[in-house]
Amino acid sequence: MISFREVGKRYPGGYDALKNITFSIEQGEMVFIAGHSGAGKSTLLKLVAAIERPTSGSILVRDQNLGRMKRSAVPYLRRNFGLVFQDHKLLFNRTVFENVFLPLQISAFDPREAGSRVRAALDKVGLLGREHAYPVELSGGEQQRLCIARAIVNRPAILIADEPTGNLDLGYSGIIMDMFKSFNQVGVTLLVSTHDEAMLNKLKPRIITLHQGELVP
Amino acid sequence: MMAWFSINFHALAATLKKLAGSPLSSFFSICVIGIALSLPTGIYVLLENLESLSSNFTGSPQISLFLSKDASSAEVSEIEKRLKGNPGVDHFKFVSKNDALDEFKKDGEFSDVVASLSQNPLPDAFVVFARENSAKNLESLHQEMLKWPKIAHVQLDSSWARKLDSFLRLGHVATSILAILLGFALVFITFNTIRLQILTQKDEIEVAKLIGATNTFIRRPFLYLGALQGLAGGIAAWGIIAAGLHFMNGAIAELAELYSTRFILANLGMKESLLLFFLSSCLGWLGAWLSVSRHLWQFDSGAQ
Repeated sequence: MISFREVGKRYPGGYDALKNITFSIEQGEMVFIAGHSGAGKSTLLKLVAAIERPTSGSILVRDQNLGRMKRSAVPYLRRNFGLVFQDHKLLFNRTVFENVFLPLQISAFDPREAGSRVRAALDKVGLLGREHAYPVELSGGEQQRLCIARAIVNRPAILIADEPTGNLDLGYSGIIMDMFKSFNQVGVTLLVSTHDEAMLNKLKPRIITLHQGELVP
Repeated sequence: MMAWFSINFHALAATLKKLAGSPLSSFFSICVIGIALSLPTGIYVLLENLESLSSNFTGSPQISLFLSKDASSAEVSEIEKRLKGNPGVDHFKFVSKNDALDEFKKDGEFSDVVASLSQNPLPDAFVVFARENSAKNLESLHQEMLKWPKIAHVQLDSSWARKLDSFLRLGHVATSILAILLGFALVFITFNTIRLQILTQKDEIEVAKLIGATNTFIRRPFLYLGALQGLAGGIAAWGIIAAGLHFMNGAIAELAELYSTRFILANLGMKESLLLFFLSSCLGWLGAWLSVSRHLWQFDSGAQ
């Protein structure tokens, strides 16, 4: 489903964020990217989601070569992903409902069914009662769950989460990990970056460890 | 299809919400566009009115035809026949030399001079009213009559009309230039207001792009906004012109009364008004398109 071959990413100025990365992930796998901050975890996820392009090597996602992909094709690739961002990237002038509705609107989803889809996604993350609230009225954990609801409302094949439990206390991160586990059980491929040791010990997923931009075998 | 309608409906609704959300700045940009558009359009309206005014001056003689003094009555009726047969002539009036002399006698200022004359110095004359008062038609009639026998002089009273004609043509060229310049201004005004809108929605655009929005999707509401703003500007220009004409007509009615005629300035016709609205919407749309495209281009090249 996702395969990296000798991928490197060098930023302007000569800094190598990733060096010679090769791995592949099958459909339905749950993979965690571990490593200290600055190890290249976020860069790796950005490459998968075609937010950035590799400077060397090739990345295949669903048999599409991201390095050679036309810019106009990128939006359609992204609709296969659910993205959970470290900083949530919620829209604060829209309600909880409208935030989750956005991906459906973008993919021209049938408006008659969109409402129930949005409510189903909110129900999965436990925010069903808060449809009409604005993101500022939510706690940090609730905002993270809202971001997850927005990521899963399109029923993506691949869920990509960058440090989803980064700023949360232990109770909350447990809830979120349980959620991810249940998504994986219904066939969603999971790609999650974390430096949360407790999480890794609890879920026992496949782990790809990065150190200063290189894979640790 | 349903989804397409839904997307466009949502974009339009969001656009109207945006316009209503910042009423004062929307109002100002619409006013600026309206004023910019009302200038060339207003001048165009005045020119059109002048044109119709100049072609409506049928009350004054257009061509005076003076016969030579030795013309016999047979030769006079020959000219009369030619005038009757000419398709360019609407109607004409014969002024005999005696009639003309009587006119002068009645006029107090010249009666003494006329009385002292031993013989009538005046020729027979025809006053000819052309069927069509365009400068071209009058000129060709003039040339034709000069070739007729026993014609001493043809006085074309249309030189002022020709002058007005070329002034009007000059006015039209100047208006076109002004319209093109202010059309550019409209595009730039829209470009800038849309740019400000984009800056306030930078986050939304970024998030939408990250979760798979195409550039078309992102452009759509801004294009609506630009076109709607242009349309509203066009309507504002129409209103400014209508109000201007209303006030001017009050003053003109007084003036016309002094000349004992009736004349009012006509507003833009239906077709011209619709054209104005269409063009202003198009220019607004273009300004918005340029603005969003520039932003998206910057965004895309920043994400390499």
